[in-house]
Amino acid sequence: MKKQIFAIAAVAATCFTLGANIAHAEERIHIVGSSTVYPFASYTAEEFGQTTRYKTPVIESTGSGGGMKLFCAGDGLNTPDITNASRRMKAKEFKLCAKNGVNDITEVVIGFDGIAIAQSKANKGINLTRKQIMLAVAAEVPNKAGTALIPNPYHKWNEIDASLPNRPIIFYGPPTSSGTRDAFQDLVMKHLTKHMDVYTKLYKADKKKNKKYKKYKTIRTDGVYVPSGENDNLIVQKLIKDKNAFGIFGYSFLEENSDRVSAASIEGVQPEPDAISSGKYPVSRSLQFYVKNDHLKKVKGMQEYINLFVSEDMIGRDGNLTDIGLIPLPDARREKARHDTSVHKKLTLADLK
Amino acid sequence: MSKQVLANMKTNKRLRKRYRKEKLFKGSAIFALSLAAAFLVFFFYNIINQGYSALVQAQILVDVQYNEASHKSYRKAIDKSYRKIVSRGWLRTLPIYMEDHPEVMNTVRNEWVVATADVDQYLKGKSNRLKDKQKRQIDKLQEEGKVKLSFNSNFFTNGDSKMAELAGIKSALVGSIYVLIVTLLVALPIGVMTAIYLEEFAPDNRLTQVIEVNINNLAAIPSILFGLLGLAIFINFFGVPRSSALVGGLTLALMTLPVIIITTRAALRAVPHTIREAAYGLGASKWQTVWHHTLPLALPGILTGSIIGLAQAMGETAPLLIIGMMAYIPDTPTGFTEVATVLPAQIFTWAGESIRAYEERTAAAILVLLSLLLSMNSLAVWLRKRFETRW
Repeated sequence: MKKQIFAIAAVAATCFTLGANIAHAEERIHIVGSSTVYPFASYTAEEFGQTTRYKTPVIESTGSGGGMKLFCAGDGLNTPDITNASRRMKAKEFKLCAKNGVNDITEVVIGFDGIAIAQSKANKGINLTRKQIMLAVAAEVPNKAGTALIPNPYHKWNEIDASLPNRPIIFYGPPTSSGTRDAFQDLVMKHLTKHMDVYTKLYKADKKKNKKYKKYKTIRTDGVYVPSGENDNLIVQKLIKDKNAFGIFGYSFLEENSDRVSAASIEGVQPEPDAISSGKYPVSRSLQFYVKNDHLKKVKGMQEYINLFVSEDMIGRDGNLTDIGLIPLPDARREKARHDTSVHKKLTLADLK
Repeated sequence: MSKQVLANMKTNKRLRKRYRKEKLFKGSAIFALSLAAAFLVFFFYNIINQGYSALVQAQILVDVQYNEASHKSYRKAIDKSYRKIVSRGWLRTLPIYMEDHPEVMNTVRNEWVVATADVDQYLKGKSNRLKDKQKRQIDKLQEEGKVKLSFNSNFFTNGDSKMAELAGIKSALVGSIYVLIVTLLVALPIGVMTAIYLEEFAPDNRLTQVIEVNINNLAAIPSILFGLLGLAIFINFFGVPRSSALVGGLTLALMTLPVIIITTRAALRAVPHTIREAAYGLGASKWQTVWHHTLPLALPGILTGSIIGLAQAMGETAPLLIIGMMAYIPDTPTGFTEVATVLPAQIFTWAGESIRAYEERTAAAILVLLSLLLSMNSLAVWLRKRFETRW
């Protein structure tokens, strides 16, 4: 019995000494968020660690949604200081932040990313429209007459459009936690379905029950769209093995693997830096990070890190980040990013609507 | 007479059948073994083939200017024509180096410096993004002996980097060691004590049976659940810093505990009862019996089990994902509450890098991890061989 008591006491003592160990000053910036912004953020973090005497920030690649959840969990120093996102913060997430006492947030846009629909280089070039892609990946699509919705019957591209090749439809794309997937759904699916009567009339008929049909974006789950983890390299490898497949990932991966995969043109436009930043390439999005302003004074070097990130050296036209695939913002918007961070411009709910 | 012949034939037939069965059984066992061996050989061949080239790294001989101008703008430290082929990751550290070593100021030194990953891959004949002009420049430098592939010490002395030519495993290796120390310090004493209590002291009743079943069950639980447990208990309740070696070690200790308990109990049970009875016969108390006789005799088995449990913990990644250790952490930890990453996490992060030069580094890191695991397991075998007592 004595032994038992001793053992329990030992366990308890270990736990409590651990608990007492914690209250130390925040020496290091903690960053979470998007796997698309991760390469740029970690590059900047390393630059920051190597060229200043501050410690290198820690960056966890959690996906945009996962990052928001951690970021908005509270205002304490044990929560992340910055979260990266490959889409804008959702109103829902802003409210969660506010509820947990995170009220003073600055949004900083750092550049663009184009979402590439890529295939193995062994294939001939292909041109797709957003409509064709939507019909290929949506869970429910209009029937031939366009009067009602049916579960997606398409398994070959030429079933969607006779001009397309007789090739099985298969997509390797990001899973639900990914900002790339959110952006793909917004830019390709919602963009079309919100104007398509066959979807919206269902919503109008029963607004509560059929809410998802207002801006329909459900991706099919019958094995045609294969969620492939947050690891974009895996998608590239699958494309090389499966010549029929298309992969969905960010422009920087396309650039790095341009000897192995090539991008489909979307409505005649290839994802190239100029076409993406000018908005000609239809499937592109902005990359940003969100700063918890309450932490600026408490975490060493946080403002300096942000200043470095928005400097011309990093996000400028010939900045270091463009070398690794970031598509720079127009001059005026880069200037705005620097201005916003210097005055700690507060994000409001109205900004996100 | 004929009856006997008939009987003989019958046994012969049966015997032949039995021999055939034995042959078949043996054959399938050999087949299974050779299949496993083939997989292993293929795996090693693949990894070594990919990884060995990471042990060398391209370097370039250049004149480096240490002066005020290059302190202000590090690009000015080398001639313009070299700027695309010398690693910027090295160049950018020059200003701080000059501040720390004032004696180098206002000198020009002819030094071997790290080349970019593209130059490195070009020299190794792999895919790269060099322009033709730069390729010609490298070819020329090679003729003059100003470019070489030399031992990649950066791989062992640097932490993670976004510039492949500088990326190394030091921070992950040191992180792994810190995490293992915590795991060992927490899991070994608690595990051994629990096992001693359950095996030597506990009465055989419902409660201990329930505990036993649960411990066996815990050993088979998917490791990611320990990550969730670690997040809930250590980070959210006790406030241990996220991503730190401490929280990683504690979480892995939870995972290793059942393994240690089970192997320790098996080792204690293997000690013959006569030893205990002899001790009691001489008037030893229960504590003396355990401490002086049972435990020392069971020690080789306990150590073997613990080392195998720790090796398992060392290769674990899933629970660490949940507690934030799969992150970009290039700084080498200097304490248990510092943020840290571990080798398998580093391998995972590199495998996801878009830059191709990381492929060989990923394979090389796998080789390092494998050799560490191999040496830990051989230590376990050696300990068992050295101290085992046969009854």
